[in-house]
Amino acid sequence: MIKTFVLGLILGLVGAASLVYFVQIVDLHREASQISVRPNGGNAETFYINLPQDRIFAAKRSEDTTNVFPAGLRWPKDQDLDGAASEIFKLRNSDDVVVGIAARISNSRESSGAFIQWMLHFPARGSMFLRMQLAPSEDGVRNGLLMAGTREFETLNGGVSEYFNAEAADAEYEIAGRLELVTALVGQLGDEE
Amino acid sequence: MKYAISLIFGLVCGAVLFAAGFYYNPFVGQSTLSALSVSEVELSSLSYSSVVGDSILFTNDGESISRPYPNKVAELWEPTLVDSQLLVTSLLDSRGMPAGIGIKMSSPSEESNLYGAEILVNSVWHLYIPGRGTLAIDQTENYWSYLRDIVIPAWQSSSDSWRGSWSRNMTVGPGQLGTARVTGLGGEFDGLQSEAVESLNARAYSVLQGPVSMSGMLMMAISDDTDVRDTSDSE
Repeated sequence: MIKTFVLGLILGLVGAASLVYFVQIVDLHREASQISVRPNGGNAETFYINLPQDRIFAAKRSEDTTNVFPAGLRWPKDQDLDGAASEIFKLRNSDDVVVGIAARISNSRESSGAFIQWMLHFPARGSMFLRMQLAPSEDGVRNGLLMAGTREFETLNGGVSEYFNAEAADAEYEIAGRLELVTALVGQLGDEE
Repeated sequence: MKYAISLIFGLVCGAVLFAAGFYYNPFVGQSTLSALSVSEVELSSLSYSSVVGDSILFTNDGESISRPYPNKVAELWEPTLVDSQLLVTSLLDSRGMPAGIGIKMSSPSEESNLYGAEILVNSVWHLYIPGRGTLAIDQTENYWSYLRDIVIPAWQSSSDSWRGSWSRNMTVGPGQLGTARVTGLGGEFDGLQSEAVESLNARAYSVLQGPVSMSGMLMMAISDDTDVRDTSDSE
């Protein structure tokens, strides 16, 4: 009987170790990437933000007034943040499925240089940091550059364009407009991917 | 029958023995000393409160211990976001004065493995420091020590809470020396490539509301008078 107990003990140790070793404790949900190949190389992917329903957070301070969303939020009243605006949204793919989170920070009165930047975070893929031009083009498109990427986007270079599409408004779904972000990324030369 | 009972008892004892050895293994866990703190580079630090109620905004799936703040904030319930967290917080400099705003997005990493005591989280920071510029931080954090030393003891406690003094570096990558990657995005940091380490300092935790007294610190290899743009221009 003692031999059986020892056998069970060993099996228990090995079984528990195997369980801990082989069981994947994190399995993130993935949506298929809606990527299209551009004629001049690289991949293009379009992301959408339905306004206002995808807005998680917004804060804008100008002179004495601070506008925030959602209500009850405490945005710092530092004078240094005068002109600063920050918004965070849920980000959708072209199938209208939420695939990530996007943060947009800007300050047109920043003493170290006016800026507009995006941080896009896709839990199962990685993140992108984008720097946008201050002035949009005549047709309302604002272009930008990928400044840094993580994981899937780490070795990529390229640009992004931002466009507010008011024509996408849909009263039935309470959509007042759609913010569109189109990334055009290409791998570095020699990159195995 | 007695052999079957003996075998099952042995299996249970074996599994419990492994779990105990695994849980109390003193050779796993993060250090309190980072590669940056023993280097000669000049460091800048930014701190923030990890208590949800002290943040500007915090949200997750709405079913975790730490509840979204403020109450009306949208929750990250979609399947792709369900385990992610979003934090918007004020950052303080080393003198405790307001230094800027930080946005942190974090999601569990599929590289996590219990065998290596790695409960990994991929997180990114977007930092805005008025008057100086903006920075991006990319890091992998390990929450094993946090779970083992704080969260599980709090669950075991009859008061459903933990009190003590606990400090650890959370950053374990992607840098070779367990450091985070810092990229300057604008202002005086434009063009900067550097490293950082995030640490947590905990004093109280509650099973009902999460961190009660806890602060985080970002230690970055950036001097307080760094002007990367000027340096690169002069070269």
